[in-house]
Amino acid sequence: MDMGAHVLLLILLSSLLPGVAIFFLREEQFVLRTALNLGGALLKFLLIIGLLVGVYRDGKTYSLSVNLLPGIDLVLAADALSLLFATLSAVLWLVTTIYAIGYLEDSPNRSRFFGFFSLCVSATVGIAFSGNLITLLIFYEILTLATWPLVVHRGTPESFRAGRIYLAYTLIGGAVLLGAVVWLTLLAGSEPFVVGGYLQDLAADHGTALMVIFAMLMAGFGVKAALLPLHSWLPRAMVAPAPVSALLHAVAVVKAGAFGIVRVLNDVYGVELAADLGVALPLLLLAVLTIIYGSVRAVFADDLKQRLAFSTVSQVSYIILGAALAGPIGAVGGLVHLVHQGIMKITLFFCAGNFAETLGIHRVDEMRGVGRRMPWTMTAFTLAALGMIGIPPLAGFISKWYLGLGALEADMAWVTGVLVVSSLLNALYFLPPILRGWFSRREGPWPDERHGGRWLETHWMLLLPTVTVAAMALGMGLLASLAISPLYWVTFIVEFEYGYDHIWSAIFEWETP
Amino acid sequence: MATDPVNLQIYLACGALLFVMGVHALVVRRHLLLKILAINIMGSGIFMVLLGVAAGGEGGVDPVPHALVITGIVVALSATAVALVLMLRVKAATGLARLPRSGPED
Amino acid sequence: MPSTAFMADVILAPWLVIVPLVGALLAGLWPATARWWGLLTALATLVLALLLALQVHGQGPVVLALGGWSPPLGIALVADGLASLMVLMTAGVGLAISLYALGYLGGTARGRWFWMLWLWLWAAMNALYLSGDVFNLYVTLELVVLASVALVALAGGAAPLAAAMRYLLVSLLGSMAYLMGVVLLYGAYGTLDLQGLGAQVTLSAAPMMAAVLMTVGLLVKSALFPLHVWLPPAHGSAPAPVSAALSALVVKVSFYLILRLWLMVFPELTLPGLDLLMGGLAAAAVLWGGVMALRVSRLKQVVAYSTVAQVGYLFLLFPLLWAAPGGWQAVVFFAVAHGVAKAAVFLAAGTLQQAAGHDRLAELGAVMRGRLKTSFALGIAGASLVGLPLTGGFIAKWLLVQSALEAHLWGWAVVVLGGGLLAGAYVFRLLGPAFEPGPGDRGRPLPAIMEWVPLSLALLTIALGFAGTPALALLARTLVGGGG
Repeated sequence: MDMGAHVLLLILLSSLLPGVAIFFLREEQFVLRTALNLGGALLKFLLIIGLLVGVYRDGKTYSLSVNLLPGIDLVLAADALSLLFATLSAVLWLVTTIYAIGYLEDSPNRSRFFGFFSLCVSATVGIAFSGNLITLLIFYEILTLATWPLVVHRGTPESFRAGRIYLAYTLIGGAVLLGAVVWLTLLAGSEPFVVGGYLQDLAADHGTALMVIFAMLMAGFGVKAALLPLHSWLPRAMVAPAPVSALLHAVAVVKAGAFGIVRVLNDVYGVELAADLGVALPLLLLAVLTIIYGSVRAVFADDLKQRLAFSTVSQVSYIILGAALAGPIGAVGGLVHLVHQGIMKITLFFCAGNFAETLGIHRVDEMRGVGRRMPWTMTAFTLAALGMIGIPPLAGFISKWYLGLGALEADMAWVTGVLVVSSLLNALYFLPPILRGWFSRREGPWPDERHGGRWLETHWMLLLPTVTVAAMALGMGLLASLAISPLYWVTFIVEFEYGYDHIWSAIFEWETP
Repeated sequence: MATDPVNLQIYLACGALLFVMGVHALVVRRHLLLKILAINIMGSGIFMVLLGVAAGGEGGVDPVPHALVITGIVVALSATAVALVLMLRVKAATGLARLPRSGPED
Repeated sequence: MPSTAFMADVILAPWLVIVPLVGALLAGLWPATARWWGLLTALATLVLALLLALQVHGQGPVVLALGGWSPPLGIALVADGLASLMVLMTAGVGLAISLYALGYLGGTARGRWFWMLWLWLWAAMNALYLSGDVFNLYVTLELVVLASVALVALAGGAAPLAAAMRYLLVSLLGSMAYLMGVVLLYGAYGTLDLQGLGAQVTLSAAPMMAAVLMTVGLLVKSALFPLHVWLPPAHGSAPAPVSAALSALVVKVSFYLILRLWLMVFPELTLPGLDLLMGGLAAAAVLWGGVMALRVSRLKQVVAYSTVAQVGYLFLLFPLLWAAPGGWQAVVFFAVAHGVAKAAVFLAAGTLQQAAGHDRLAELGAVMRGRLKTSFALGIAGASLVGLPLTGGFIAKWLLVQSALEAHLWGWAVVVLGGGLLAGAYVFRLLGPAFEPGPGDRGRPLPAIMEWVPLSLALLTIALGFAGTPALALLARTLVGGGG
């Protein structure tokens, strides 16, 4: 066990231990709780950056394993893909923590909230660093356990109902997943994730079993990724407080599902085997259906958070679409969207939270004239929403560009058509709030105005994170070619994954014949 | 002193009969004293079978079953004593020496 | 594993019976200081149990003829992997129950009786696990019954007394059926020794009859559906430490006995349809217990019905026993994980009940918010009951599903996974009130130990999540009979 392995453990503990400590703080111990929260978040961020540098420079995979059962280990490993997800979680955790401190000021049960919040992040980072399928399953289930208290946090009958539905979906998904993982372990043993998968030798004898297991795995992960028939918990879970919707339903939970699907496709089955078994295409079709369905539902949702939730349903499937295209360029598009969508969606949720907290705005038609009253928030909202639609040079454009190229590379030009339709639908549901916010005039008072705001339009702890993530969304698009951008890192992953010297050579190969 | 196999069969059959009668009474009777007696009758049936088994062995009487019966009687006696005390307590608490019908919530 | 050579010759097994028995005597003789005797005994027994497990792990099964008299005349104690694991589980949970009782009962008059009976029960359970012949198993089984019935009756009042009476009658019925089976076996083979019987039993009428009588008798005691009706009142109305002891430990005793019989004595008897019948009852128990746990309104009743459901899992033993080589070990690990988790849940429930003065689930929210440590114990141990990861329950569920899939018994794997969902539903139902709005309230003042013990046990369920490999290694050192 080398330094890197210890760092992995530290990264997990940096949110787990503060989380446990926070539970036992009294409500009024604000300073200590904030110190623990921010200290843990900062430490985790720095540690992950350290690992990132290590992995990039030495091209090395750090790992740490603990025995669970004969032949079965709990493995933590840091490869390029895990670091992508871990970095995203760590950065957004830091930002969301600040936001949540401001958002929950003076509300009851804050210690409990931040305790479970930290547990969720530990579970998410655990998912990112899972080195084999069993470890992934373990952290995936812990995430279920740790998110439920946040969904029911408000304690209203409505939130309990949402919590029950959430549990019903995720526990059943977890049971299906467990069955699939046990079965796969019986067939293939508990192998570590490996580029290109480890099941090729089994395909001849156990083809059907592998197909059934694949379907079960997709169902298990699809629940959290809100794939089509399994999506309906997500809009209901929007009863949770805004930081929860933001971090968990834009980043942690849905991304955990999408990340699991990417892992299975790339590092358990391998894209070639998935294509040979004929399981990639149905997944692709499901992703396409989800993209269209989510967008259509979003158009008809009046509640702002509902609209964002259906938008999430749609956008997360871009990631799955990218993976299911089974080619390097599509993979870049999907993976980079994992990051871009996270940043843009969290911006939108922060904005929705700001509108609700400051002015009591919950519905799209209440947004008239909000641009004058809250210009900063509205600017952030506009940037992120335009990015979602895919306007260049914002982050969402990069994702869609690569997805489109990937579809052409895979000889599925019709998928670009889907992307265009989906973008039009995105415009259809994102432009009305933007237009109303900037160009309509407000008549009468706001529904529930709370912050007077002499200097700032709302509490600074709400505004600062919002502006920060909006700036990141902008920067990721503008500066996509720099070495610190997600795009750069994703191409690094994909080059490694597909064995290309340079991602552009893949495009070149596709263009020449 | 080999025992007549017919005699042996009678012992075994009577033992089995007592056992079954005991089970029947335990289930059917409501008064606790009768239930406790029923268990004792089951016990007697078992001991009778055991004695029959002891007598049936080749090369004389097997001593082990006798030891078992004595131990068994001691155990049955203790169990009966506990059961009787408990019955009296139930009677004192509820006024009836029988069990109330039970539902899922007590 | 540490070296165990230094104690290869140390005789441990009898002391595991003698120590709690002497403790019970001392507690009876000096009731005023009973709890300190109890605590001392519990500590000593745990140390002995650990040493025994290490010894068995190191050198395999230990067979000891008491007083130099070998079977069939003498009494043999047999400590193999299965027995020593059960003794260890009993000792771990037993120490926790003893510590908890220290706070729960204090120096009350009721408490004095508790210690004597509890240590008596402990001695009887250890004696049962270490017994090597079917008649000793009967005697120890009766001792377990008498001690646990007296413990249930300790609560006083009409309902607990009636529950105790019903429990006693049902148990005696089971014991009698078992004893009849013993007699039949002796009549057919002239020996009582488990290994001796195992070597001789073949597929014929007498052992088959004995197997049926003994198994049915023990099923009644294990409260397998539909013979479970006595369990919820008995476990639900007893004082908390007693509920924990009954649900976590005593239920396992009759399960252990069934497992022992089918592993050592009857492996050659493959009764057609038995696996299907028992598996069907097991599945019905999982379903019924789960549904009832969702319907009843009192905390301890929910936990008691959860035991009914979890007993169902134990009897998936039968479908797995012949079909999957490691199946019974999965079930034993499940029994251990359930023992620790259920004790934690019952003790936590007792703390909440004492703090609130009642255990109506809908009105417990304030106390659950006020007593965070206890609520966490409930949550973590509950997660183990559901089989959520990083707990012993997860490893148990994994092993069960793995054995079922290995033997291509898809249906039973579905039962295990589906039962986990039901457990999830009732565990989260238990935790729900803690999330209702409103301030927390610590309720009546209670000794701190009543919060720490359930939490420690809950953390132990997490430790069990990493104990799969050593536990299986210990279980591999189990004596099995017949050709298998």
